Amino acid sequence: MSKRIDVKDLNVYYGDFLAVEDVTINIEAKSVTAFIGPSGCGKSTFLRTLNRMHEVLPGARVEGEVLLDGDNLYGAGVDPVTVRSQIGMVFQRPNPFPTMSIRDNVLAGVKLNNKKISKGEADVLVERSLKGANLWNEVKDRLDKPGSGLSGGQQQRLCIARAIAVEPQVILMDEPCSALDPISTLAIEDLINELKDQYTVVIVTHNMQQAARVSDKTAFFNIAGTGKPGKLIEFGDTHTMFSNPAQKATEDYVSGRFG
Amino acid sequence: MTATSLTTTQGAGRAGDKVFSGAALAAGCLILAVLFGVALFLVVQAIPALTAPSAEIQGGEGFFAYIWPIVIGTLIAAVIALVIATPIAIGVALFISHFAPRGLASGLGYVVDLLAAIPSVIYGAWGAAFLAKEISPAYNWLAANMGWLPIFQGPASATGKTILTAGIVLSVMVLPIITSLSREIFLQTPKLHEEAALALGATRWEMIKMSVLPFARPGIISAVMLGLGRALGETMAVALVLSSGALTASLIQSGNQTIAAEIALNFPEASGLKVSTLIAAGLVLFIITLAVNMIARWIISRHKEFSGAN
Repeated sequence: MSKRIDVKDLNVYYGDFLAVEDVTINIEAKSVTAFIGPSGCGKSTFLRTLNRMHEVLPGARVEGEVLLDGDNLYGAGVDPVTVRSQIGMVFQRPNPFPTMSIRDNVLAGVKLNNKKISKGEADVLVERSLKGANLWNEVKDRLDKPGSGLSGGQQQRLCIARAIAVEPQVILMDEPCSALDPISTLAIEDLINELKDQYTVVIVTHNMQQAARVSDKTAFFNIAGTGKPGKLIEFGDTHTMFSNPAQKATEDYVSGRFG
Repeated sequence: MTATSLTTTQGAGRAGDKVFSGAALAAGCLILAVLFGVALFLVVQAIPALTAPSAEIQGGEGFFAYIWPIVIGTLIAAVIALVIATPIAIGVALFISHFAPRGLASGLGYVVDLLAAIPSVIYGAWGAAFLAKEISPAYNWLAANMGWLPIFQGPASATGKTILTAGIVLSVMVLPIITSLSREIFLQTPKLHEEAALALGATRWEMIKMSVLPFARPGIISAVMLGLGRALGETMAVALVLSSGALTASLIQSGNQTIAAEIALNFPEASGLKVSTLIAAGLVLFIITLAVNMIARWIISRHKEFSGAN
């Protein structure tokens, strides 16, 4: 249950402002792809176009194609709600639903897509999802407590459990560790390594060591200046991107000689 | 740097702090003093009515026989108002905060706020002169078709000046309070929680059910309680609209009375024990309002653990 994503000539606009220009990229199934680049270069914006979450902002639109195993996400008659149920997302800050228990948080997405679920099935699913997110042992005795009572790292893993409970094709992660301490970060990175056996994972990160540690392929985005659109500069195997990149800009960025 | 430089204070800054904390303390004490003063006044003035022989109280059967029908009448009018206003207010607030295009939303919000600025005597005049007349055919229909329910028992009032009309007028008056408070709460829903729901594949309505309404729940309860406070205490509109009388179960016959309207209509010509009786009625209203607020706080606090405040 994982699919590949092929993006062709994608332009992203906010109103008349061109935020991301002409991105073409092929993201392999069952692999981890990292997006790196300076702040404001459009990597998060681009990530959000992959499950149509950018449409939450008024005036946002795209030109071009995003193909999920050949099906265009922006084709006529495609419902963004369906797209998002197949392409899950984990956000920069952990966002479990504060009024729901840990168990209800995990089941939140499932209850949307498949209203009727027996208690037995739900128990199995909660356990499997929490185990999949390496959180089961820490919370199995307090599933009825609110999710907001967990630590930041646990909350983020709860959000990952919530995302994988609906068995998506792809999981998008928008700087999932930027609000976490190093130990929690390590737990999430280990988890990403396990997730790629089953899912296509795309992660935006500001931390280049993290990109080097977790990803198979890396895409470097950059921006020419304020008010200019972000562009995909280079895309390749992570090892090559960090040791021997083709572009000078990439080499400057990954070696810290940026600016 | 010696130890003395740490103990030396800058005079001006400290003086400002003292003035401010003194002023804040005085303001806080003043509120308590006023509240205590009002409560004390009500109790002291009400004692003659509470201790007088039954035969001397209006109706001749004692204070409690006098007060309980109008307590029930007050609650009926307030409940009608909330039953009508709450769903409409939440719907309008959600429309403004999450569905309407931005231009329409601000215009509509402004109109709703304007509703709150209309004086209650105007609502009363509108209810008595226009609404009561226009709505009486509907009461006749209710009496004919739903008359088997005690609350719609006929014959319907010919003038339409009933407790149901008063409740409808009250609902229009509390609508802007509940709407604007709810709207403010809905707008404060963290974007993160809304996006969490949308990213799971929720439709807009499912997103509202998953993230907006749970977040806003304590706020909605507070808004409804504020509306209830207004509905319980509203005087002028009820006094003008309702053709009052003895307690009746039917909402579409004339009859029933509310505490606030009872006080307003009788106070100008009252003297002696009658004044005392009316003030005792005011004390009862004060206690009801207090109880309503305490129940609301209790409801909110029961769910504190899941409120997201931690």
